Amino acid sequence: MDIVVCVKQVPDTTDIKVDPETGTLKRETAGTTMNPFDMYAVEEGLRLKEKLGGKVTVVTMGPPMAKEMLKIAIAMGVDEAVLLSDRALAGSDTWATSYAVAQMCKKLGYNMILFGKQAIDGDTAQVGPSVAEYLDIPCVTWVKKVREVSETEITVERMMEDGVDVVKATLPVALTVVKEINEPRLESLKGKMRAKKYEVPTWSLADVNGDPAMVGLKNSPTRVAKSWSPERKFGKAEMIDGADAAEKADKVFNRVKDLGFIK
Amino acid sequence: MNYFFTDEEQMIIETSREIAQKKIKPVREHYDAEGIFPWDMVKEMANAGLCGLYIPEEYGGMSPKGSKGIMQLVLATEEMSKVCGGIALSNAASALGTFPILLGATEAQKKKYLPDVASGKKLAAFGLTEAGAGSDAGAMRTTAVKKGNKYILNGTKQWITNGFEAETYTVFAMTDKSKGARGCSCFIVEKGTPGFTFGKKENKMGIRASATTELIFQDCEVPEENLVGGKEGTGFIIAVGTLNHSRPGVAAQALGIAAGALDESLAYARQREQFGQKISGFQAVQHMLAIMAVEVEAARSLVYAVSRSVDAGATDFAKDSAFCKYYASEVAMKVTTNAVQIFGGYGYMKEYPVEKMMRDAKITQIYEGTSQIQLNEIAAKLIKESAQKKK
Repeated sequence: MDIVVCVKQVPDTTDIKVDPETGTLKRETAGTTMNPFDMYAVEEGLRLKEKLGGKVTVVTMGPPMAKEMLKIAIAMGVDEAVLLSDRALAGSDTWATSYAVAQMCKKLGYNMILFGKQAIDGDTAQVGPSVAEYLDIPCVTWVKKVREVSETEITVERMMEDGVDVVKATLPVALTVVKEINEPRLESLKGKMRAKKYEVPTWSLADVNGDPAMVGLKNSPTRVAKSWSPERKFGKAEMIDGADAAEKADKVFNRVKDLGFIK
Repeated sequence: MNYFFTDEEQMIIETSREIAQKKIKPVREHYDAEGIFPWDMVKEMANAGLCGLYIPEEYGGMSPKGSKGIMQLVLATEEMSKVCGGIALSNAASALGTFPILLGATEAQKKKYLPDVASGKKLAAFGLTEAGAGSDAGAMRTTAVKKGNKYILNGTKQWITNGFEAETYTVFAMTDKSKGARGCSCFIVEKGTPGFTFGKKENKMGIRASATTELIFQDCEVPEENLVGGKEGTGFIIAVGTLNHSRPGVAAQALGIAAGALDESLAYARQREQFGQKISGFQAVQHMLAIMAVEVEAARSLVYAVSRSVDAGATDFAKDSAFCKYYASEVAMKVTTNAVQIFGGYGYMKEYPVEKMMRDAKITQIYEGTSQIQLNEIAAKLIKESAQKKK
């Protein structure tokens, strides 16, 4: 089973500082890390490999600094990691990115492609399904459990708002996974030592037979028109006091009722 | 203090710290209260690659070429003991049970037994102590009698750490009582060998996550190829060598417990208010914290120095090994006692971790040679060295 896991580099939300003046994230001081949902995809890839044998390759598209993020996956135990990095790709939206990632997958060869359900920065959840479209393979999103898998077929559970869908699909297949699927392992010592020495191969657009007319800002059909932080609106705070808990509770209840929240 | 760790050492510290903080810390209270063996935590250590830090690479471990890997074991033990000295012990005690193989076994024995310990698939245990043979190991009564191509073991070992949970036991028995210490031999006994059973599991003051049991041998047949080193009479030398190598590990456990107690004390002193101010503002508390920190750092310096010296190939290090075991365990007891004092009434309650640290610290002054035995060894060496100088 050859498994490709597609991951994205995102700002490290555990390491973010907020500009007290504007209330916006200080992007320049934030570190970067692997999109948390993608960690679950890496873990699932490793578990499937442990069960079925084969190889797990982790890929990303981004600037050269994304190599460090790929090393997280190496330290977790994946076999190889590849970076697609090319100036022509700058400004690609999800459509163009999906094309480029699909080209990577074609070059690598695969039985299964795994994604996190979405990235925590863009939150689009589009790249997984779009890559599957470009490759013309089935895609199952929101996977919370792999029930059975063979060389030709897979049965999974999808986490829906109102319950669980059980879906059967033929291989090759693309899956996007939710965090309920597993608990990602910690990086092992051997993995860390390998990661330290590991040279991440970097591919250009030409290396994956990519068409420059399909990627980059110019060839992206969507644009971010405007991006801003919503203005912070502070409500009025009102302190309610009383002699004891019973009196306080009464007062709070009556006040909430007066305001019309309780009929 | 900056100890200029190598990249590998730094990775061991970080990996151990991550397991300690993310995995061990949330469950330490549970394992302490229930007194059950923390197999899920052992599995975490195994997956992270922390079980073979002192075992050479050719047997599946991660001990670097030209080193004994003691420093690596020490760093992992210290980090995990900062959070729980009991859970950390599962791995450290496995090292104790494995040293006889590393130091005295034949190539075939090493190849057979070391890889599974290195990978964490199996734990090892060290069977030396008996009811009547504690500090006085020479009073051992367990016997091994050769019969054909087998040895028949009879006797009972007491207070064996990792007892029942381990798969591989290094057991000491008398093959020739008339020869005294030279009549002692070491055997590798696998769990499940007919005639080898386990006695009661002890209910302990501290390190309650660690398993302590009796090993009972009743006409237990051990194949002769399991005689460590293939030669009778080497048991006592192997046992002494093992303890010399393992003492920095106990010292690291003590150091970790002390360092953990210091961390807890600092955090508590900075948030606890009395008389309208944080108690960290009182000089009485400040001085306690400062002395604790000095002692922890002194213990750390000594443990690291001895470990690095052993790794670099020092030959006569019994005294150094006793130095660090003695000092770190004394510091652990003192620092954890003071940590409880700083916490005051809260420190005496099980809701806070320092009373457990104090209970866990006590054993480090007792096992693998009491503090008094360490002092005996140190004094004997000092006097011998002085006498040699005069000549």
